[in-house]
Amino acid sequence: MSQTPAARARGDAGSAAGTRAGLSSTARGGVGTSPPRPDGALKAAGEFAFSSDMWMEDMLWGMTLRSPHPHALIRAIDTAEALAVPGVHAVLTHEDVPGEKRYGLETRDQPVLAFGKVRYKGEPVAVVAADHPETARRALARVRVDYEVLEPIADARRAAFDPDCPLVHEEGVPAHPEYNQRGNIVRHQPVRTGAFAEGADAADLRARAAAVVRGEYRVGMQDQAFLGPESGLAVPAPDGGVDLYIATQWLHVDQSQIAPCLGLEQERVRMTLAGVGGAFGAREDLSMQIHACMLALRTGRPVKFVYNREESFFGHVHRHPAAMRFEHGADADGRLLYATLEIVLDGGAYASTTAAVVGVASSLGVGPYEIPHVSVDAYGVYTTNPPCGAMRGFGAVQACFGYESQMDRLAAKLGMHPVELRRRNALAQGSRVATGQRIDMPLPMAEMLERVRAMPMPARRGELADPADPRTLPGGLANTSRGERVVRGVGYGVGLKNLCFSESFDDYSTARVRLEAIGGEPAALVHTAAAEVGQGLVTLQGQIAHTELGVERVTVHPADTSVGSAGSSSASRQSYVTGGAVKAACEAVRERVFALVRERGLVAPDHPAGDLALEGGKVVSAARGVLAPLAEVLGTGAVEETRVFRHRPTRALDPTTGQGDSHVQFGMCVHRAVVDVDVELGLVKVVALDAVQDVGRAMHPRQLLGQIQGGSAQGLGLALMEEVQVADGVIRNPSFTDYLIPTILDTPPMRIEVLEHADPHAPYGLRGAGEPPTLSSTPAIVAAVRDATGRPLTRAPVRPEDIAGVGD
Amino acid sequence: MRVAFTVNGEDMAAEDVWPGESLLYVLRERLGLPGSKNACEQGECGSCTVYLDGVTVCACMVAAGQAAGRAVRTVEGLAASGGAGPAPDSRLSSVQEAFVEAGAVQCGFCTPGLVVQADDLLARTVRAGGPAPGDAEIREALAGNLCRCTGYEKIIEAVRTAAEHEERAVRRGGAR
Repeated sequence: MSQTPAARARGDAGSAAGTRAGLSSTARGGVGTSPPRPDGALKAAGEFAFSSDMWMEDMLWGMTLRSPHPHALIRAIDTAEALAVPGVHAVLTHEDVPGEKRYGLETRDQPVLAFGKVRYKGEPVAVVAADHPETARRALARVRVDYEVLEPIADARRAAFDPDCPLVHEEGVPAHPEYNQRGNIVRHQPVRTGAFAEGADAADLRARAAAVVRGEYRVGMQDQAFLGPESGLAVPAPDGGVDLYIATQWLHVDQSQIAPCLGLEQERVRMTLAGVGGAFGAREDLSMQIHACMLALRTGRPVKFVYNREESFFGHVHRHPAAMRFEHGADADGRLLYATLEIVLDGGAYASTTAAVVGVASSLGVGPYEIPHVSVDAYGVYTTNPPCGAMRGFGAVQACFGYESQMDRLAAKLGMHPVELRRRNALAQGSRVATGQRIDMPLPMAEMLERVRAMPMPARRGELADPADPRTLPGGLANTSRGERVVRGVGYGVGLKNLCFSESFDDYSTARVRLEAIGGEPAALVHTAAAEVGQGLVTLQGQIAHTELGVERVTVHPADTSVGSAGSSSASRQSYVTGGAVKAACEAVRERVFALVRERGLVAPDHPAGDLALEGGKVVSAARGVLAPLAEVLGTGAVEETRVFRHRPTRALDPTTGQGDSHVQFGMCVHRAVVDVDVELGLVKVVALDAVQDVGRAMHPRQLLGQIQGGSAQGLGLALMEEVQVADGVIRNPSFTDYLIPTILDTPPMRIEVLEHADPHAPYGLRGAGEPPTLSSTPAIVAAVRDATGRPLTRAPVRPEDIAGVGD
Repeated sequence: MRVAFTVNGEDMAAEDVWPGESLLYVLRERLGLPGSKNACEQGECGSCTVYLDGVTVCACMVAAGQAAGRAVRTVEGLAASGGAGPAPDSRLSSVQEAFVEAGAVQCGFCTPGLVVQADDLLARTVRAGGPAPGDAEIREALAGNLCRCTGYEKIIEAVRTAAEHEERAVRRGGAR
């Protein structure tokens, strides 16, 4: 089941477009070059083993019975009839959970299988193992659950602020006083600066402002819509433990939640990363992991689960829908004076990462702008809607749509160009964000805005060779429009994202690196538990070893729990943290090689370490040139070192003032969108979506572009089409027929400029790159649609009815 | 029931097939060919695209019984039977090679379906002696294949590269 073969050491010229200031020359295949990904050929050939491809001769199929009600009491569950179906090997309910009955990433509030009550439609109630998926489906239809249906708690604002609203968890959940947890509120995080810290209210500041803008904004529930469904294979082991082959973002945090529920010691739950078909946050929480292990342990047979697309919509958390009330005041020159923000995030039935999402939404709520007086109140709330948690951008996406909409509104009110207003208020190195944290790394926002504004514009419709070609029109070949009422618009967006885990989290990664001579050539083996989810981390680990050890032959070991935790493939953190761990382990290996060089008498015992290097498979002295082939120095022995890498510590936010150095690093992307809108039909075609992003160091320029373009496309989806539609707790569109993600026809050419202003605190100066483009692309596109239509558009995604009939 | 058909030129048969099983299920779970992917099983994402008697279909939407006696070509058979490979001994077709080189592969779950669909586009254009498809034509051809990772830019680049490669090969008379 190995899916991580040897890294192929091959460079290319690096195809990143645009400026790459300060890119140092490196060995081919090393850091800064763009070698092919080691799993690329297997994936293109259809030979890469994804979690849903796992197969064993005697395996059973697991399947889940889910609640048909968003909110109901469970009076009784009868599994007898299901168990009697021929081919069924087990039917399990909450009574069969061997250990802890609940799990959770931050708060252990989610039942493995529902007991007493169900809190969202789709909550798992029972699981079955059978010899065929159809047998399992028939068995599930025969499980009898007696429900007493309760009124859903569907409105987040009511759940948060109405004292008469029933509690979603009336029996209580583990307390987090530092989150101001009360009632249905999972976390309330205020931020107060300037006059607001002294008790002033908005009226005092409003009187001093030349221009005031207010807006109520909504962001819909977005689905990560990874293509590889939740799936995996649990194999019972002779020692009473279990081996789980699984697609996840963080093996060790899964293990730490699974083991207590199974009543097993952690080391008896051994996990190996199976091929991951995308993640985007949706694999942070557990889905079928515990269920598969329970069934495997009960039946003594391997058990495979594969959700279908409909089930996947119930099987993972979504992006929190947000209801936001923003007010900004500025002087006549457009300099921001104050901002008041209320952000209500619907966390659904279980906490998941809601508290951390609130931490990001509050601390970055005003975005990349210097504002002397800020008052933020961000809330994460329990309802009986589908649970929400991590998705790329994590709380910053929602806030960004709000503050960027406000900036455009303010610019319009002052008669300023939206770029000029943003430039005047831009944060820069040395500025402080609303939490009081000083930005101690480059943040060239003004330069980025100028660069994106200066990019060439796409051809106007009149300049096209054939403006009547329907492929150039909104609606495309469906021929819905002849283009009579197509209007062009341009919009800008800027987003500020924290990178790595924040708020005092002990965020580390572990790497083991082994160097030995194989067949007379030096070869390195890199072993971490870091989840390759498509982003290309497996390539990057090989590049780092290549650069640090000067060897071309680098193999990345499959990720599993036999090495220490690497932390999560989340928060744009793996290049930084696991990259840092691989670098540190390589450096330790290198030091031991240099010790061998001294022992062998190739240099004097007191030879300065700074003079030695490993390059091109050789040990090199700056003063004396090549000393010896590395393979010869290694001989028949191997040098192996394991290192743990931590980024600098962060602090919790003060629960009253929201002050504190809570973040490790800040990332920024700037977008300009150009759209054509058919204002009669409410159709939008995004014509161009161009971006500038500062990444500190382009570790792999081609993969980096893939991150920026992919993130931009997900932002496009949120701007124009993607919303999990929930009515009274029921998802109405759990399919790719009704939940639309951008196709190749919806996604425009994307010109990207990459800047490399190094962060002095980070390995190689790099900055996490995956999330920032997902923030800024959405508001840029919505701003462009506003520019074309003149409509206020306070909601993402924009719906046809929001823009149709302009000018009627 | 028993279902027999050829897969990538080889005679294959599956026993005890439940009539509700799709061609995709039989390929993946009974014949050991999991290359065709199960992303939506609703015919919306294209990740299970295979050739059925030379026509691309979503294998999830074809009942296994409908494939009986017919010829199926999957992603696993692409290099051996279609396209002008970059080298005779390559295990990748020109389209697959271009996907890897261009960075069109991230998580890779959509890749098998995309390379089959792109192969079909090249079969209808350059391999039939026509000109290399333009971007608009590439987009139309791949409009039924969802990708969530790449934003499609590198995919278009890959298809463009493969088309140019095959066009040159056809001109040289080197196409198979």
